[in-house]
Amino acid sequence: MSSLPARTPFIVRLGQSFDARSWLLIGLFAAFALIAVPIMHLVLPADHPLHLSTWFITLVGKILCYAIVAVAMDLIWGYGGILSLGHGLFFALGGYGFGMYLMRQIGRDGSYQSDLPDFMVFLDWKELPWFWIGSDSFLWAVLLVLVVPALIAFVFGYFAFRSRIKGVYFSIITQALTYAAMLLFFRNETGFGGNNGFTDFKRILGYSITAPETRVVLFALSALALIGTLLLARYLVGSKFGRVLTAIRDSESRVMFIGYNPLWYKLFVWTLSAMLCAVAGALYVPQVGIINPSEMSVGNSIEIAIWVAVGGRGTLIGPVIGAFLVNLAKSWFTVSFPEYWLFFLGTLFIVATLYLPQGVVGLWARLRAGRRRGEGAAAGTTTAAAAKGAGA
Amino acid sequence: MHKLRLLLGICLLGISCAQAAIDPGLLRPLAADDSDTRIAAILALVEAAPEEAQPVLQAMAGDSLAVAGERVVVLGAGGRVFDAASNRELTPPPAGIETIGINNRVRRELASALAALRLFSAEREVRWQAAQEVNQNVDAKMLPLLDRALAAEKDPKIRARLQLAHAQASLGSTDAAVRLAAVKTLGESSDPRVRQLLLPLTEKQGDTWVEADSAVRAAAGTSIRSIEQRLAWADNLGRAFTGLSLGSILLLAALGLAITYGVMGVINMAHGELLMVGAYSAWAMQSVFRAHLPGALDWYLLAAIPVGFLSAALVGVLMERIVIRHLYGRPLETLLATWGISLFLMQVARTLFGAQNVEVANPSWMAGGIELLPNLMLPWNRIIIVAFSIAVLVAMWAILNLSRLGMFVRAVTQNRPMAGCVGVPTGRVDTLAFGLGAGIAGLGGVALSQIANVGPDMGQGYIVDSFMVVVLGGVGQLAGAVWAALGLGVFTKFLEGWTGAVVAKIVVLVLIIVFIQKRPQGLFALKGRFVES
Repeated sequence: MSSLPARTPFIVRLGQSFDARSWLLIGLFAAFALIAVPIMHLVLPADHPLHLSTWFITLVGKILCYAIVAVAMDLIWGYGGILSLGHGLFFALGGYGFGMYLMRQIGRDGSYQSDLPDFMVFLDWKELPWFWIGSDSFLWAVLLVLVVPALIAFVFGYFAFRSRIKGVYFSIITQALTYAAMLLFFRNETGFGGNNGFTDFKRILGYSITAPETRVVLFALSALALIGTLLLARYLVGSKFGRVLTAIRDSESRVMFIGYNPLWYKLFVWTLSAMLCAVAGALYVPQVGIINPSEMSVGNSIEIAIWVAVGGRGTLIGPVIGAFLVNLAKSWFTVSFPEYWLFFLGTLFIVATLYLPQGVVGLWARLRAGRRRGEGAAAGTTTAAAAKGAGA
Repeated sequence: MHKLRLLLGICLLGISCAQAAIDPGLLRPLAADDSDTRIAAILALVEAAPEEAQPVLQAMAGDSLAVAGERVVVLGAGGRVFDAASNRELTPPPAGIETIGINNRVRRELASALAALRLFSAEREVRWQAAQEVNQNVDAKMLPLLDRALAAEKDPKIRARLQLAHAQASLGSTDAAVRLAAVKTLGESSDPRVRQLLLPLTEKQGDTWVEADSAVRAAAGTSIRSIEQRLAWADNLGRAFTGLSLGSILLLAALGLAITYGVMGVINMAHGELLMVGAYSAWAMQSVFRAHLPGALDWYLLAAIPVGFLSAALVGVLMERIVIRHLYGRPLETLLATWGISLFLMQVARTLFGAQNVEVANPSWMAGGIELLPNLMLPWNRIIIVAFSIAVLVAMWAILNLSRLGMFVRAVTQNRPMAGCVGVPTGRVDTLAFGLGAGIAGLGGVALSQIANVGPDMGQGYIVDSFMVVVLGGVGQLAGAVWAALGLGVFTKFLEGWTGAVVAKIVVLVLIIVFIQKRPQGLFALKGRFVES
């Protein structure tokens, strides 16, 4: 392969993977997140009409993390045809990995003024359990976030894909795995704070976690992580790897007959997807200020799928749009009409699966195609074919 | 004349017509200052006059025995005073009445003396109760009484109890031969308390043995071992039963899924909410009966069975008609859409019935249980649920294998286009089969309402378990689901014995995940040759 003369450098191929308009959009988004938001939050006075409140920064920062998860989910579901109901687990594991570091950063400022995290004092533990060793180091925490969920995903995925477990079966056992993990983390003896999880964080790398500057930096990091995820996903999807992955989604047997082993393709994208989730979880925890086992509940993982379905799976911008739409609706509903939120979410699940096979992105494309060709033309056939494959 | 007046007086007082006088000399020590004398007096009284002693001792236990000078009196209602020896009312009441206060030690002795007295009652039930009470608290001083009771007792069950009590009492004897015989008799018990009683006999206190005689010690060791064996046996039996009961609950929760997912291949995440519909139907029937048929409240559950089935089936049919039929052949979308339905139904329950759990009471005929062994009790509600799940299973098997609908369902599952070609209305069969699965989930919900909390979130707790049962058993048939449910139930309960409930659950889930890797088709797979389903 390396002997092929016309191999374009990576950076050029990455550059070619988006058209000019997409690059412009990405650039605009980066400028907004990295320049405009800090100015609007930190520099502008609180009564200025363009001032962004802490509430806004936290909410959007949170949704940016969700959007990363949605893109990760889209890689495995939209392009790999594998619906995981276990992404909440990887998200939470990333959060817990980083949360351990945040707990150690509290130092002696907890309610018990002890070197140990408060919940350990409460359980009358005398020293840190072995898996907390090194948790006071930021680099170790980053390593934990990247390695632990990836390792779990790799081992689980290896056995599952080797046994050729797929479709609904795979969804159900990922769900069981997440459920088992949730039960495990609910126990106090597991050493992760039981029901309450980790909270009351004070600082990160020595900076106060509630300071506006810290918030803005975390927000910018989330935005950068999302952009990075999108670039990576775009590159993967456009590469030969992505083609094979899509082919496996559409007909695994045929790909095998041609001579590919689907195991490694699925395993790679599955592990990558878990790592992206973990990074999102690690960015999420300091912004929200809490991580507890309910993040691993069955419902949370399924909700991730609906962000992707609403936005449009098999596209990359779709999941980001879906994550924003659903979560903005959620924060609006839970404040204004808390009792109607589940009605809305339930209906969304049904409508999205019945009438929006390609999500809002597909709807947009269909509307535009319909306008161009006039009513009655076979609209959106190219995207509909992809949707059919993704559901199989 | 004197006697007649006495009898008349007693009858008027309504205490007991057969009352004869007690020797006042026996009564006086009851009021003694130290407890030992009092206890001796209680026993002497029971020995001398078992029939007449009861009201006096009852009064003493109720703190209404008093002394007035040398005379022991019973304080009656409305400030009246009776002579304890003759049970005659004293008018005017004597001066200087002092209640006999009793401490806990005396109170204990009184209770066992009263129980011992009831051993001579004419009613079998009273004697049985008394024999059980005597077993709880017995000592050597009661031996003569127990001897007399044993001589009079005919009922074998009560005799066995009395013999046990007798042996317990004999342990305090000074004669080594009596103790040896007692220890051997006690070896036949299966009561954990007897083990506690025998344990000290095999232990050393400082340098000396608690039990001096080595033969008694050896016999005590043997007896303890045989009791322990029986206890362990009963423990395992109890665990097997709770496992069976958990298995039958899992089965009820999973049976409906075995049709919708196992046979039809529709993955229904709202299955837990169909259980919830059944459970709320039980609650609704309870409310209806409470309001309109309070006399027949105990039988609301029987009415809840058809109501639960029909309401869950109706919800199921609507679900199938409105949503699921558009998604056949797209299992992942079905999963998401049914999850949406489940959220919707949860919120409907919350809006209609409130977010709190509602209270569903067990009917009185489900209370209590069968006591197989002293440490093994099988509660009726569990037994009934096991029986109910068997009945549901049989009914479902019959519908699938004997009825026309069942034949259609099997035909559509095996080859949909072919079934359609020979005239099976596949669309309607789908709807009916889904309704049947949903209705069976409703039945499961009615059963669950008897042992679990009924609330809007109740279904969520069963969804993972139900799918585990179906997946473990193998898709496509009932037998797999049955074995998987029972196996999971019993295995979980035995595991819980030494790991605790939560860890047992985690271990079971992980084991299932590992098992599925080894055998993706489940325990029982349909035989066939196909590359992909």
